[in-house]
Amino acid sequence: MTARDRRKLTFFLLLTPLLLWVGLLVVIPHIDLFLLSIREKIAPRHYVTSLANYADFFGEPVYVMTLVRTVVMSLLATAITLLVGFPVAYYIAKIAQGRARIALFMTCLLPFWVSEIVRVFGWMILLRETGVLSNFLQWAGLVQGPVEFLYNDAAVMLGLVYTSMLFVVVPLVSTIDSLDNAIVEAGYDLGGNGFVVLKEIVIPHAMPGIVAGSIVVFMLSLGNYLTPTLLGGKSSLWFTSHIYSQFITRFNWELGSAFGFVLLVASSAIVWLALRLSGQSLSTTIGRG
Amino acid sequence: MAFPDGSLPMPYDLECRDVVKQFGGFTAVDRISLQIPPGTFFSILGPSGCGKTTLLRMVAGFGEPTSGDILIKGQSVVQTPPNKRPVNMVFQHLALFPMMTVAENIAYGLRRRKTSKDEIKRRIADVLARIGLPDAGNRRIDQLSGGQKQRIAIARCMVLEPTVLLLDEPLGALDLKLREHMKVELKQLQSQFDTTFVYITHDQSEALVMSDQVAVMNAGKFEQVGTPQELYYSPKTAFVAGFVGDSNRWRGRVVEADATGVKVATDSGTLLTGIAADGGRLMVGAAVEIFVRPESIAIRRPGETPPVGVPSHNQQTGLLDDLLFNGANSRALVRTGKGEIVSVALPQAEAARHLQEGTEISMGFGSAQCLCFPLSPARAEPADTVP
Repeated sequence: MTARDRRKLTFFLLLTPLLLWVGLLVVIPHIDLFLLSIREKIAPRHYVTSLANYADFFGEPVYVMTLVRTVVMSLLATAITLLVGFPVAYYIAKIAQGRARIALFMTCLLPFWVSEIVRVFGWMILLRETGVLSNFLQWAGLVQGPVEFLYNDAAVMLGLVYTSMLFVVVPLVSTIDSLDNAIVEAGYDLGGNGFVVLKEIVIPHAMPGIVAGSIVVFMLSLGNYLTPTLLGGKSSLWFTSHIYSQFITRFNWELGSAFGFVLLVASSAIVWLALRLSGQSLSTTIGRG
Repeated sequence: MAFPDGSLPMPYDLECRDVVKQFGGFTAVDRISLQIPPGTFFSILGPSGCGKTTLLRMVAGFGEPTSGDILIKGQSVVQTPPNKRPVNMVFQHLALFPMMTVAENIAYGLRRRKTSKDEIKRRIADVLARIGLPDAGNRRIDQLSGGQKQRIAIARCMVLEPTVLLLDEPLGALDLKLREHMKVELKQLQSQFDTTFVYITHDQSEALVMSDQVAVMNAGKFEQVGTPQELYYSPKTAFVAGFVGDSNRWRGRVVEADATGVKVATDSGTLLTGIAADGGRLMVGAAVEIFVRPESIAIRRPGETPPVGVPSHNQQTGLLDDLLFNGANSRALVRTGKGEIVSVALPQAEAARHLQEGTEISMGFGSAQCLCFPLSPARAEPADTVP
């Protein structure tokens, strides 16, 4: 065996797990999902190829509206997460020093050591009718009788932002940290005030981190099932719950697959559009972070 | 306030009055006072950690003095934030904005002043032409060479017409050849823009070549402020003598003193005639530090008569121990009979080419070139010979 053959063998041995992963867990299920989605049941055990499932989706306003609502809520959750996460990340990267910096970073990380369901139940304990917040308000005499804070859009938004925080803070801390302090000082020295320095220097520099974090948060929110269902209840109308009910309760795998594909196309299109609008590319954002 | 002849005093471009900066218990800048008249190239020269960067940053507005006052054109700026001060700074690593083009970098400051778009365009073209990069406007920062970045960083400040331009060791990141070139160019840019430059560096040659005035700073204090010639020929303290230029350095004791000079015996027993530095007086028996520059020592082979005009004091003989060839800066290390190593500048004459190690050498230097500083108890580190 020559050195060249050995190099080739090493390359393919290292490549195999990746190929298996992509092939078995990404490509094959999606092909199957796609084939399912273009299949129409005309009689028991009789199927024909058609786009009827997609026609069902576009023909039923509640499906389309649920998707639009899910997308809008996810975009809003992304924006809020970014607004909350940016100052946090800036503080950790540029202002906090030494141990305080590590402690703050750990505080952001800590909630993610428990599973999402535990975190969401935590919020339910706080927000439900007999929960901590409601009891506190009654005890303080601010309200008469219990108040239900759960099962509305605000509760869903709260849960999504909380669940996503880390995915914005981590890439932002690393990009903001890489900004040389002298560049910020030069921004002031040449006459800029805090707002100008933020807008012209810090944000453009942090753009890859902002975009990377936003993509992750948007995707996670869009595909989230647990948080909207538990905190929003029946009124959450999250698109993933339609997919779930088609697969699990209605046993209509064909329509469920079509929904899955619609969601995939919609999220890819929105991410592509956002990258175009922000002038970034996947390789400068996700690839770098 | 007016001078006796009735003229108003010209305000200094930059004035510091007893500026002190303390970090915790550590005093980084210790009662610094300076006055810089308009159009001066003023350097602050000192080893790293001497407080020069802290001082410069306070002038720029990054860090407030613990006490004292900083005035620009006669106005105190201590309460003025950095973005409102009429000074601009060229940072050590230049700090050009990598997310902007060259033109946008230069326009940044002008846009903050609400200059009109046409005016900005005109000023950018003007300043780029002045620094010799008329077509660089659309280039990105990472497409520039080190020297070009340097010039853009200066242009970005100069387009704002600051009263004082502060430069924080901007040549440090350049390679040697480019640094030599930029020294000359910086000096030319300064006279072209006719602006006061305050330049900090630890490189004595940068300070000596470019400056009208140099302040030598050590441990938070100015040791001496003067022209490069004054610092080189008449250093006021042992620190300045040791830091500016090269020196042979010995310790010794005064054995004789009169109005014209002193006789000192080095620790190894060599007798030298010299003068007390800075016009001071030295008492017999005082411990001194003796500085003699390699370039003020004349060497010849024994038996050769010294050429006319070469000082005849302080004649010694020794063996040529080593030759450190470095073109015009070549040195000969001569070991004297007492075992001391003396560093001597090699003359450029043809005869010096054929000197060989082990040759017997005669050398001498004038008493005026042999500067004696009283040894302060604080400076107790062992004296050594600086080649």
